[in-house]
Amino acid sequence: MAVGDLSSSSSSSSTELHVLAVDDSLVDRKVIERLLRISACKVTTVESGTRALQYLGLDGDDGSSDLKDLKVNLIVTDYSMPGLTGYELLKKIKESSAFREVPVVIMSSENIQPRIEQCMTEGAEDFLLKPVRLADVKRLKELIIRSVEAEEEHKAKHSCPNRILQNNTRGVSSLDDDDTPSSKRMKLESRVHV
Amino acid sequence: MDLVQMQKSLQDYTKSLFLEGVLDSQFLQLQQLQDESNPDFVSQVVTLFFQDSDRILNDLSLSLDQQVVDFKKVDPHVHQLKGSSSSIGAQRVKNACVVFRNFCEQQNVEACHRCLQQVKQEYYLVKNRLETLFKLEQQIVASGGMIPAMELGF
Repeated sequence: MAVGDLSSSSSSSSTELHVLAVDDSLVDRKVIERLLRISACKVTTVESGTRALQYLGLDGDDGSSDLKDLKVNLIVTDYSMPGLTGYELLKKIKESSAFREVPVVIMSSENIQPRIEQCMTEGAEDFLLKPVRLADVKRLKELIIRSVEAEEEHKAKHSCPNRILQNNTRGVSSLDDDDTPSSKRMKLESRVHV
Repeated sequence: MDLVQMQKSLQDYTKSLFLEGVLDSQFLQLQQLQDESNPDFVSQVVTLFFQDSDRILNDLSLSLDQQVVDFKKVDPHVHQLKGSSSSIGAQRVKNACVVFRNFCEQQNVEACHRCLQQVKQEYYLVKNRLETLFKLEQQIVASGGMIPAMELGF
């Protein structure tokens, strides 16, 4: 796969995805947690946007996280929540230096086009209609794994610029220097399931 | 009743709930998430739903009984109930909530009272049916049997 001997990041050795799920409904938290666990993800659930920010260490005002070693690969959040909405949480995450590259997925029971566009424009990775199903979670997981792998290859490729890469069997056709998550997600087409 | 008969009863009973529209495919999704490592997943989620719903229905009754109804309080409750009923596949409760929300938007107090009665009716119905379903499952398990997987060919 990636050029193993150039990989210097110790956290990349763990292949389990860690997902933070945010929802004010106890029933929905239980379901999303199970959906994610059955898809072999590690899950942390919180009941509000405020709690999510606390968990991420973003509840200070400067947008930088105090929790430098916290690894979160995906954030899934309900849209309609009392206090901070999912959209507001999305904005805060994208404004932070520590977590802006983490994909954020919004869930909603309401199929409101302007709402979907608003979230996608703000940088949401995807917008899921509730009730969320196993197929949705599986699709998300594949997406995240691919972007994690792409990021790790990108890091490995650029970590030692003076070395010649001898065993790069993957080739470079699938990656270019601009292939960051932020450039991939500016799509306004809504990916809602029927 | 022997084990095979009990299993058939359970399947027929579950099937009837789908045919009557009391449950929808989301309930099947939940059943798929249940396995040997999480054998009580469905009943756990449903129990949470019952607890949540009892509380919401109580709050709704109180809110609608006020002299001046505050729809800013009523609507979020109905939205919440709509969400949780949808998440467990309680289709008729969910549909009743959709109608209820429309009348909330119109601020029609009388219609909302009627909607609340309708939601309660559907809720007690699904509660009753699911409690029966879980009893049937328990009987099968107590007799040493396995709960048959739901066939989708109807």
